[in-house]
Amino acid sequence: MTRPMCITEKILAAHAGREAVYPGELVQVRVDVALANDITAPLAIGVFREIGAGRVFDPERVVLVADHFVPNKDIASAEQVKVVRDFAAEQGIRHFYDPGNGGVEHVILPDMGLVGPGDLVLGADSHTCTYGALGAFSAGVGSTDLGAVMAAGSTWLKVPPVVRVVYEGELRPWVGGKDLILYTLGKIGVEGAGYKTLEFTGGTIERLPMSDRFTMANMAVEGGAKNGIVPPDETTRAYTAGRTLREPVFFSSDPGAEVERELHVDVSAVELQVAFPHSPDNVRPASAAGKVSVDQVFIGSCTNGRLEDLRLAAALLKGHKVHPHTRVIILPGSRDIALEALREGLTEVFLDAGAVVGPPSCGPCLGGHLGILAGGERAVSTSNRNFIGRMGHPESEVYLAGPAVAAASAVLGRIASPSDL
Amino acid sequence: MHIKGMVWRFGDHVDTDLIIPARYLNLSDGKELAAHCFADLRPDFPSRVGVGDVLVAGKNFGCGSSREHAPLAIREAGIRVVIAESFARIFYRNSFNIGLPLLEAPDAAQALKEGDRVTVNPASGEIVRELDKAVFPAEPIPLFMQELIQAGGLVPYLRERRRT
Ligand code: SF4
Repeated sequence: MTRPMCITEKILAAHAGREAVYPGELVQVRVDVALANDITAPLAIGVFREIGAGRVFDPERVVLVADHFVPNKDIASAEQVKVVRDFAAEQGIRHFYDPGNGGVEHVILPDMGLVGPGDLVLGADSHTCTYGALGAFSAGVGSTDLGAVMAAGSTWLKVPPVVRVVYEGELRPWVGGKDLILYTLGKIGVEGAGYKTLEFTGGTIERLPMSDRFTMANMAVEGGAKNGIVPPDETTRAYTAGRTLREPVFFSSDPGAEVERELHVDVSAVELQVAFPHSPDNVRPASAAGKVSVDQVFIGSCTNGRLEDLRLAAALLKGHKVHPHTRVIILPGSRDIALEALREGLTEVFLDAGAVVGPPSCGPCLGGHLGILAGGERAVSTSNRNFIGRMGHPESEVYLAGPAVAAASAVLGRIASPSDL
Repeated sequence: MHIKGMVWRFGDHVDTDLIIPARYLNLSDGKELAAHCFADLRPDFPSRVGVGDVLVAGKNFGCGSSREHAPLAIREAGIRVVIAESFARIFYRNSFNIGLPLLEAPDAAQALKEGDRVTVNPASGEIVRELDKAVFPAEPIPLFMQELIQAGGLVPYLRERRRT
């Protein structure tokens, strides 16, 4: 009998063709899916050509998404997207997406079934760790690594030790995955899971819908983690059934498997959270935010741009107008979500309230396009990073929160909770 | 191979948005990126840094996005080695992949000041401050990473292996 292993170790072992792997070991692994976007793909394509590889390892397993500076914001961005589009055509890569048929990469890959449980996914984007919510191993890499993976279909990885967070108890009203992960980051810090796996378990996680699990795994990298992972269960099966292109493989952690550190969170004590500038671990309960006026609210991104997030925001915005001093930008995470939001009447609620509803893309999340902040301005954002200058001017400020706080803040023009409405 | 240069000092948790802000990510040419390296933090950096200089930082250097534009901009600006208390994971991998060595050296990261002249041997990890010949150790670079640096990065490394 092999040693008891955690789910991440099992997925790595399966892709290394090994019985068992050990934390700290370097292993050569097979990659199921390689992903890049309009910013990282051009560099990766350059590397791919420099290596002298003629064809990608498997055109069905390379996914290219134009989501950062699209619809093209300037000539330079247009040239970059063109490089990616042309490469997809040249290599016969079917899975090339832009806002017309795709959306934000980490929203669309799971929704389209391009990634699934048991997969090993590498993406030239740090939030590739999102797919851990499906019980997959997925991690961000740089463009050179990705260029080499596109050529070979394999790479080396170091087996990470595991930090397990066990969540128990009932969630308070409006509190969701975003609050849990922000709270956790507040406890462990931005380096707390450095080079490690963040494994999310416990009764609360078992009752958590997929959308919240994606939000949590998405921000594992904000704790420095290599990957975040949720052991798959009935919720995962229900979500992936009939969706994934490949047969999913459901791994779980063995009882008695070694973890480096285990933390316990009683979620009944967790309030709505806000991360203050300029670090995702600088968190406070929204109730203790004080009077912080808000110039802009952004609802969207790979963290909270899913249909469930939009429904929650619409429920709070319905019948309200956004504050006269506050601009509100809502970007659905994908074209499919945008369409469903339209059918369900959410878009109408947003427009009635005075919000702008834009194309499914990253938009203001990274301060390059569609809603950039001026000096001295403050934003509440449902995205994942609030570093200096992340959404625009180096003297602007970003406050991270979930959709409930974002919607309440949009109405009141200051950081607020639904109970303040 | 020894690196001799002047120290440029940075603090803790310097993220990749600070190294190269997103508004410049519509560029992918190293030289063009270098012109905007640390644009918001130290706008004079690209014009004053010399080829062979050494960047010294605190904890968690290079955290945040996976953009390889960050180590690329640092390298193309002239920096030949980065010394820090610790590095973020993706930045660590990216830097070695493009042939920019990193040294984890908490003592050096604490002691070295802006303007210090240092000699660094990335293979052995030895860091010498010229002023008083003080020697600081660094965590040894894993063997595979050393091979990458010797080859000049992952691309030349893979090309060599394709040939043999
Ligand atoms: S939404 Fe933001 S964090 Fe997510 S992929 Fe886009 S830029 Fe990155």
